Amino acid sequence: EEGSGAMGGSASLIPRDLLGEYQELTFLSKQEILLAYKRFSELLPKEERENACSARVPKSQILTLPELRANPFQHRICHVFSTSENRDDMSFEDFLDMLSVFSDSATSDIKSHYAFRIFDFDDDGTLDRKDLEQLVNCLTGQGEESQLSSAEMEQLIQNILEESDIDKDGTINLSEFQHVVSRSPDFASSFKIVL
Amino acid sequence: EDKEDESKEEDNGSQQNRASRRKNYQRKNRDGKKAREEGSQKQDRGKTAPNKDQKVSENKEKKTTKRGKEGENKEKKDRKNSTSSASSNSSDEESLSEEELAMLKEQVEQKKKLISTMRNKPWRMVKKLSVLREAQDFVEKFEGALGKGKGKKLYAYKMMMAKKWVKFKRDFENFKTQCIPWEMKIKEVESHFGSSVASYFIFLRWMYGVNLVLFGLIFGLVIIPEVLMGMPYGSLPRKTVPRAEQATAMDFSVLWDFEGYIKYSALFYGYYNNQRTIGWLKYRLPMAYFMVGISVFGYSLMVVIRSMARNANESTADGDDDNFIFSWKMFTSWDYLIGNPETADNKFASITTSFKESIVDEQESNKDENIHLRRFLRVLANVLIICCLCGSGYLIYFVVKRSQTFSKMQNVGWYERNEVEIVMSLLGMFCPPLFETIAALENYHPRIGLKWQLGRIFALFLGNLYTFLLALMDDVNEKLAEEDVVKNITHWTLLGHYNSSAGNDSTVTPPPLDPADVPRGPCWETTVGIEFMRLTVSDILVTYITILVGDFIRACFVRFVNYCWCWDLEAGFPSYAEFDISGNVLGLVFNQGMIWMGSFYAPGLVGINVLRLLTSMYFQCWAVMSSNVPHARVFKASKSNNFYMGLVLLILFLSLLPVAYTIMSLPPSFDCGPFSGKKRMYDVIQETIELDFPLFVAKIFSYVANPGLIIPAILLMVLTIYYLNAVSKAYQRANAELKKKMQMQREEEKNKRNNKDSTNPMLQDLEDLLTPSTKMESPPKQAEDKKTESLDGTSSVRKPGRGDALAGSPLASGRGAAFAPIIPPSHVFVAQPRTLGIRVPYPGQPRPWGHPLAPVPGRGRGQPCH
Repeated sequence: EEGSGAMGGSASLIPRDLLGEYQELTFLSKQEILLAYKRFSELLPKEERENACSARVPKSQILTLPELRANPFQHRICHVFSTSENRDDMSFEDFLDMLSVFSDSATSDIKSHYAFRIFDFDDDGTLDRKDLEQLVNCLTGQGEESQLSSAEMEQLIQNILEESDIDKDGTINLSEFQHVVSRSPDFASSFKIVL
Repeated sequence: EDKEDESKEEDNGSQQNRASRRKNYQRKNRDGKKAREEGSQKQDRGKTAPNKDQKVSENKEKKTTKRGKEGENKEKKDRKNSTSSASSNSSDEESLSEEELAMLKEQVEQKKKLISTMRNKPWRMVKKLSVLREAQDFVEKFEGALGKGKGKKLYAYKMMMAKKWVKFKRDFENFKTQCIPWEMKIKEVESHFGSSVASYFIFLRWMYGVNLVLFGLIFGLVIIPEVLMGMPYGSLPRKTVPRAEQATAMDFSVLWDFEGYIKYSALFYGYYNNQRTIGWLKYRLPMAYFMVGISVFGYSLMVVIRSMARNANESTADGDDDNFIFSWKMFTSWDYLIGNPETADNKFASITTSFKESIVDEQESNKDENIHLRRFLRVLANVLIICCLCGSGYLIYFVVKRSQTFSKMQNVGWYERNEVEIVMSLLGMFCPPLFETIAALENYHPRIGLKWQLGRIFALFLGNLYTFLLALMDDVNEKLAEEDVVKNITHWTLLGHYNSSAGNDSTVTPPPLDPADVPRGPCWETTVGIEFMRLTVSDILVTYITILVGDFIRACFVRFVNYCWCWDLEAGFPSYAEFDISGNVLGLVFNQGMIWMGSFYAPGLVGINVLRLLTSMYFQCWAVMSSNVPHARVFKASKSNNFYMGLVLLILFLSLLPVAYTIMSLPPSFDCGPFSGKKRMYDVIQETIELDFPLFVAKIFSYVANPGLIIPAILLMVLTIYYLNAVSKAYQRANAELKKKMQMQREEEKNKRNNKDSTNPMLQDLEDLLTPSTKMESPPKQAEDKKTESLDGTSSVRKPGRGDALAGSPLASGRGAAFAPIIPPSHVFVAQPRTLGIRVPYPGQPRPWGHPLAPVPGRGRGQPCH
């Protein structure tokens, strides 16, 4: 009853029916799930690898993944997909959830849903000016010379709100966000992480 | 935040009346809170949190209405679950009534649908798992109950097969994804350079696939049958190296030029015999040769058009929509595939610049200082580029002409023999940078500039290719003239040989003339094939050497000499090379064009191309990873996909033209190739039909080939195209109309709000003063008003009067805008107290804050007086 012959690693045991369920519930193929399992258990200390399905990986370990290393939203991604109390460490299922959303075949709808939650820095369900400001700072990087001046920031956020805030309440809510993002030609192709 | 999640999930799963009750509650709660806020002037920080919470739940309310249907289904299911389980307990085997059965069936279908769409739901895995298991259990339990007696068994069997089928499909998908080559390689490049560079490699992989199919066609149906069953080397003049060349035929320098033994091999057109059938299979080789030549084009056209159509279907939204420039830059510009810190830094920089640029663009879109100078410079640049194009065209024509005189001379050097290829490669290497330099004069926006650049390189390549073809055509015509002379000579030689041997001794059969000694024609088809072969090979070499020198050596130099140099080489002048996506794509496309053109006269060309693509996949992947830096300019992958395909289609069409022309209008050589002895190459079809098919087929064919039928057919096609075109135009217009309508609606909404905001506060005040009394008198109207008014909640808040009232609270001054929507206009809730009494607190929701939720009615009513 083991899920993988191809992996041939140390511990890569996902029960077969669970593997089937994971395939049913995510946008991942069998190989991708097994690869995810392998990568996930590599993040664990040696003694915990046996039962990687129930173990949790702390955020600091998750962020060592090369796929997330350079991502400015790495903390947010961990935060959004984690189910633990402190919203930091990830179980294997959280990890799968994340990969499924970021996979190639995920629908643009679910991608935009999670993108919204990632950009919603204060978790209040809307993107307000502070969220947007933080978002801009994330996108422009840490370097001093690349930061926007406050006037530019103000102008930029004003423009964005003018475009996307359809109900003019000063914030962008989920449906407005999805409206904007679904029209973008390259959202679905760039909101993608592949192991 | 966890709570938020839970409540959301609860929303989805819970019964609807609960949800609606909650909705009611929230509305009331909100109204009440407004009153409270305004009633108690002092507001502390702690209140903001629940306030926010409420807004979240308000958002979610919208979602619940969206998901309402689903909730309803679920509820139904739950209910039915209980009833049906009860009934199944009492009378499990007994027939359920028709109604119940239908209901059950419907339920099962719903559950199945739920299972198949579960992955689209933004739920946690734990929840998804539990719901999935529940649904699966349900389906399994009740699936069997459907159908009676024999039908039941059949049904169960069908279900089992369906399950197996789903599993098989999944396994097949898994298998298919496993079979895609170079997935990891491309992913690695993707993570370093972003999706645009990876799109080139995906394109390369696609090309490789197409070429593999072409290779299979040509090798399987032409070359291998010829090698296995055709007459062996040396049996015929066309299959033998002429006596004069035999001494050097195996020299590497000769082979390298595709002369000698290679020229007289199955790789080229001339080697094939015109024998109708070969081998014990009676394989019709000339026919196969012709059909494969056609199907190479047919298959390529089909594949290109199909993938273009698929791309067009996928991109539902066109990128021209410039309503959301800033938002798109903000929300979609990060490429999540980037895993390399250096690339990430580049990306940060490019995003910052694009932000700054777009802000500046927005500010100075109308400012243009010296339009005349700019126009002059642009015209100048175009004149210069046209001069370059003409010059390069003339150069090629000149070189090809010269090469024809060289080819007539004996012992010419290596340079003279390869002059054409060298010149073409050099032009392809040096003209694009030259164009780029000239384009600096024009000062276009980078994206527009890139398009111009691509167009110019395309024109250059195309011009070069066609000049080359024209010159080649001259050559072919010359050869055709020469052929007539040779034909006579051959005829007389053979005749003379037999006469002389017959004259000497009539009893002994004359020894046949050695095939190497027979004088032969120039065989223009093989010449053309060799030209394309050499062009392809030199193109491959130049590309690889450019990569090696321009990228790798440069990178090594920059990397290692930097330790002992006066300036910073990495940041300064030579720096590292960028991966030139557009140039590489164009190179690949043109190379493919040459393959298409040449493959009819040199069947081996496709094999070489397959090798080329295979090696360049590895070589370029390595070169990119080892010595390139990511592109600074934006070249969006998703948009350009169809652009690449469009180029391929154009090139395919352009390479189809000369081949079709030569097949249709030039006579094949008399002593080489599968069509020798025929007037035209396509006569082979007629011959096959006449000899191999029954008479009536030939008759039908002659009718079909009749212009009287062809012309109406073409007319019909043209009419169909016209009709489809008109239909698509109509759709486009309807689309544009709808878009305009939407925009107008949005504008209207904006205006409405702005007006209410600023222009007529007087009217608003008046309304406010009036409403309480009218509201009190007509409670039924209240609901309606609420609906309309709640839309523009902001307006009443931002009014000067109300603003003053709220100014005292930190809420209004600090984050007033954020809270605006949840504070409905006062006159809505003024009448509310009447209903407030029956509010039932929502069980799952803790009370926002300690003191009683109900506002003091009097306060609320008094509000508008402010």
